[in-house]
Amino acid sequence: MGGILKLAYKLLVNDKAKFTALLVGITFAVFLMVMMTSMFAGILNHASATVINVGASMWVMDRSVDTVANSIGMPDFVLDEVRSMRGVKYAVPLYSGSALLKLASGRYQGANIVGLDDTSLLGRPELLQGKIEDIYGENAFIAVNDSEFPKLDHPHMGSEFELNDHRAVIVGIAKVTTSGLFGVPTLYTTYHRAIQYIPNPRFTISYVLVEPKSPGDIDQIKAQVQAAGYRALTKDEFIAKISDFYKYQTGVGTNILIMTVVSFIIGLSISGQTFYTFILENLDKFGALKAIGAKNHELISMILFQSAFTGLTGYGLGIGLCTLMVICAKWRLPSYASVLTFLNLGLAFVMVVIIAAVSSYFGVRRVLKIEPFDIFRG
Amino acid sequence: MGNTAIKVTGVCKSFGQGEAKFDALKSVDLETAFGEMVLIVGPSGSGKTTLLSVLSGVLRPDAGSVNVEGIDVWNQNVDQLADFRLGKVGFVFQDFHLFPRLTTAENVAVPLILKRKNWAASIQEAVGILKVVGLESKANVTPVSLSGGEQQRVAIARAIVGQPDILVMDEPTSALDGDTGRSIVTFVKEKVLNDKRCIIIVTHDSRIYEFASRILKMEDGKISEPERKKP
Repeated sequence: MGGILKLAYKLLVNDKAKFTALLVGITFAVFLMVMMTSMFAGILNHASATVINVGASMWVMDRSVDTVANSIGMPDFVLDEVRSMRGVKYAVPLYSGSALLKLASGRYQGANIVGLDDTSLLGRPELLQGKIEDIYGENAFIAVNDSEFPKLDHPHMGSEFELNDHRAVIVGIAKVTTSGLFGVPTLYTTYHRAIQYIPNPRFTISYVLVEPKSPGDIDQIKAQVQAAGYRALTKDEFIAKISDFYKYQTGVGTNILIMTVVSFIIGLSISGQTFYTFILENLDKFGALKAIGAKNHELISMILFQSAFTGLTGYGLGIGLCTLMVICAKWRLPSYASVLTFLNLGLAFVMVVIIAAVSSYFGVRRVLKIEPFDIFRG
Repeated sequence: MGNTAIKVTGVCKSFGQGEAKFDALKSVDLETAFGEMVLIVGPSGSGKTTLLSVLSGVLRPDAGSVNVEGIDVWNQNVDQLADFRLGKVGFVFQDFHLFPRLTTAENVAVPLILKRKNWAASIQEAVGILKVVGLESKANVTPVSLSGGEQQRVAIARAIVGQPDILVMDEPTSALDGDTGRSIVTFVKEKVLNDKRCIIIVTHDSRIYEFASRILKMEDGKISEPERKKP
């Protein structure tokens, strides 16, 4: 069979114009599909930045919360109630909100403020500069060195700014796993300083972070929180909920889905049509092969090989092009929200397989229908 | 007849149905021997190509039998028929049907590759056959850069590379000028025909009649009285 496949390979790649057209079609389709889905994955990843960076096992929140950015304050007794629940190892408050900073230059800049539990500092980031205990110092804040960091005028240890007429000073520079979606820098401080500096409504606890005694306690904690009138989600469930919000309650998911489908249709059209034309142009040659003594399954394997080879090559080129694009974009725009995930790659692969299968199906049908006698008849 | 290559008995073949039905072959009987170069001639629509297709295992007849070296050709399944054609029959088509994207050596090697021979060995063998047809120097060029006569010789090389016992040629000179056509048939008679091979040629070209061992004239789906020629 090796020689027959080599024959198929040569027939395919030696027709440079057709082969290039096929590759361009599939590469373009894969590029668009992967680009769209990786952008969406990037958006979802950035949208869950706080959840990922804080890393708590369980999050207790108001039932109306859809995304981590839109927290609804809960009264202090919720924290006490959660701490008293069966299966809870410990529970701490988390403040998450936004504030307007007045930088030393006089410029105003919005920022996310994360207030960590004063006692445990649960969810603290990894520090690049400074010591975590300095967060207890007067007016202390830790700046996150992510893609939005320059918007704070490149602060350094000791840099000062104003927050709601309070003096604030940078005591540490941190790094986090994921930066936020909304293009504003993030500052960490203690919970009590956060609610002291930032004007707040009556209830100030954004989330209660919970560590269960064991994974088996998660369900009963959820049930108890539910009975108390709130909602408890594991980290993964919260990330999924945020993803669902962006997928189904904003236009982002639908638009990405439409673009992905359009990319697939474009790829299918270009590649399907080109491959079918390639088969049609070589139909008499396939007929000649049949007359000479090629069996149907050999001709089918030739077509499937040609289609699979083109599909996989186009897939590789598309992924490569997409990776290059993301690298270039992130080089110029560090906050560029695009993540190549195995799911994206798998989805694109499945679509390429469908494109190759559909393209070869019509080719195979034509080749099986041709009779060797047609070659004699011309 | 111990030297019988092909024995066709009572072969009938029709195309179409009802009023459009056309009888291309009407109970044709034919017997050829090894060492013969048989020309089938006749007007268009007389059934020459249909007969060629039936006896080479390409077109199934409605009735009758074709026997090649003791093999009842049409008593085989599709895969057996393919193997029969690959092993026993060499084809030279009217329009050559060479692969324009393959080199001449690769074109010639196609039957060997279909026989699952190693690629490199097939190409080597093909180059050897190209030497026989005088095109060794053109082994690595594509057929589009060859003249009509050269393409025909490549087609002949492809047909004989698998050492078939039967060589069928459909209008081998129709696309060639008179001199080239005659040189091709001369070459076939001198270099390709041997006492272990039978060559059947369908042609309109009266200029090559002189090369035939035997000429069978077809008319209206039947073979008229054969004209005997000196082998």
